[in-house]
Amino acid sequence: MNSAPAPTPAGEHRLRHLIGQWLFHLYGFAGYAFFYLPILILVIFSFNDSRSVSKWAGFTLRWYEAMLQDRQIMIALWNSVFVAVVSTAIATVLGTLAAMALERYRRFPGRLFADITLYLPIIIPDIAMAIMLLAFFNLSGIGLYTWKVNFFGVRLAVPVSVIIGHVAFNISFVAVVVQARLARMDRTLEEAAQDLYATPWRTFWRVTLPLMMPGVLGGALLAFTLSLDDFVITFFTSGAGFNTLPVRVFGMIRKGVTPKINAVSSLMLGFSLLLVTLALLASRGREERKVGFF
Amino acid sequence: MNELLQRKPSLRAWLLLAPSILWLLIFFIIPLGIIVVYSFLERDVYGGVVWKWTLDNYRRVFDPLYFKTFLYSFWIALLTAFFSLLFGYPLAYYIATRPEKTRNALVLALMIPFWTNFLVRTYAWLTLLRTNTGLINVWLQQWGIIDKPLPLFGNTFAITLGLVYGWMPDMILPIYAALEQLDRSLLEAAEDLYASGWQVFRRVIWPLSLPGVIAGTMLVFIPSLGAFVTPAILGGGKRLMIGNVITNQFLGAHDWPFGSALSVLMMAVMLVATLIYFRTGGEEARRGGLG
Repeated sequence: MNSAPAPTPAGEHRLRHLIGQWLFHLYGFAGYAFFYLPILILVIFSFNDSRSVSKWAGFTLRWYEAMLQDRQIMIALWNSVFVAVVSTAIATVLGTLAAMALERYRRFPGRLFADITLYLPIIIPDIAMAIMLLAFFNLSGIGLYTWKVNFFGVRLAVPVSVIIGHVAFNISFVAVVVQARLARMDRTLEEAAQDLYATPWRTFWRVTLPLMMPGVLGGALLAFTLSLDDFVITFFTSGAGFNTLPVRVFGMIRKGVTPKINAVSSLMLGFSLLLVTLALLASRGREERKVGFF
Repeated sequence: MNELLQRKPSLRAWLLLAPSILWLLIFFIIPLGIIVVYSFLERDVYGGVVWKWTLDNYRRVFDPLYFKTFLYSFWIALLTAFFSLLFGYPLAYYIATRPEKTRNALVLALMIPFWTNFLVRTYAWLTLLRTNTGLINVWLQQWGIIDKPLPLFGNTFAITLGLVYGWMPDMILPIYAALEQLDRSLLEAAEDLYASGWQVFRRVIWPLSLPGVIAGTMLVFIPSLGAFVTPAILGGGKRLMIGNVITNQFLGAHDWPFGSALSVLMMAVMLVATLIYFRTGGEEARRGGLG
């Protein structure tokens, strides 16, 4: 839709049209201000040289220093990254395979069951999924297992239940993103490869996978973001003593508002921006410049 | 084995699906079943369940104390969907009427908050809205606009604002997608027939954007109904939604069967809403076909 103004002969009409356009611009500006101002103010007050997050008292980096020296926050940060890396890796492989099945084989026995199982986790609110998993891990005893690992020199003890939960909600998102990519893919190249006597395996590695790579990358980035951002499911499935960054922030907020929380929040915002940039770079590989969720 | 796979495509499909479906079967469908079963059991005093069948948990949901919370959550979700539509529709229209390059940039700018942490975004509003030390009240008092702090926190206003802030992009994007595909010649035709601006909107633009409106409303309504973080932080402990009550049953009161019953009912409400959406969505598609 383009906004070529309709030709209005009378000058009065033209003026009204201009005022209307101007008000419309103002509204658009206000809308984006609504989305960005709270975040901007949050970041600004992470540099505030006072315990207050509403009265400016000069610039400082001491809250960032305090954050870096807070062992619990640093462990939480590494926990977040570890959980995100592992769950993204598993969910991306599983979700991609599922997407291929759903896109390639349109009709097969059990298709409806597969669809429901794959899409339900997207519709169900995280609080419901969280208590379901809590009850399950409690009943099965899986909740007791922790994965002790040395991650880049940091010793972590990550409950297996958290990783399992993250994979469970990420598979569906990866499958949706990859399926969308596959639906737009040119199948003739695969047929050409097969006509040239490439084995199915070779066709997959040399043709299909490179073509769907932007979708797979997009799905993986979405999964990574969702995993890093998740609070509710981690909160319920981790048990006491295990923190990811959002769980830690929630605990800190409950104790009171300090600029240190603003500093941790800014760090998390920085992470998100980095991921958006990566997602943009990944989507550049696409032939169509269609904006949307990949 | 290979031959069998060659002959039976459905077997190949299931081989690809098996890992994810198995994962979700064990870690999603079975847990869902456990919650449903729990909701019909009795609690034991130590926070576990007793294997005795009962309907008491569902009866308790209709206890005025809890039912009020249910209705309140429903009301909040409705308010959130309503205000997201009211403020989001013009914004979607604004984006859709920009030149293509601006348009793409604006959509991206809308997606960025989407990718940032929900908890962080809610916390941002906490620092703005708090009654005595919140930025808005501090500034308004400094500028002499108000004498006493406004009640911006720990109430329906704060929770709804937080949810609208969090979920409005979910409303804007589908409406934008519908408006972007709108055939411009239809608008020209309407103008040629001397339709007023309002008539063009009412008779052409709005009906054609309706699928986007319905999708957006669902996408905002469902997560708002199940909200837990927003009321926990912006409700100030005074205003509870169903998500908070469920949390208390599982982590505080240790009444898992009752918490399960609340979750099952919440999911049932969402399922009904989704079904209504698919039915009306289908009818809209048929009616909106324009011949």
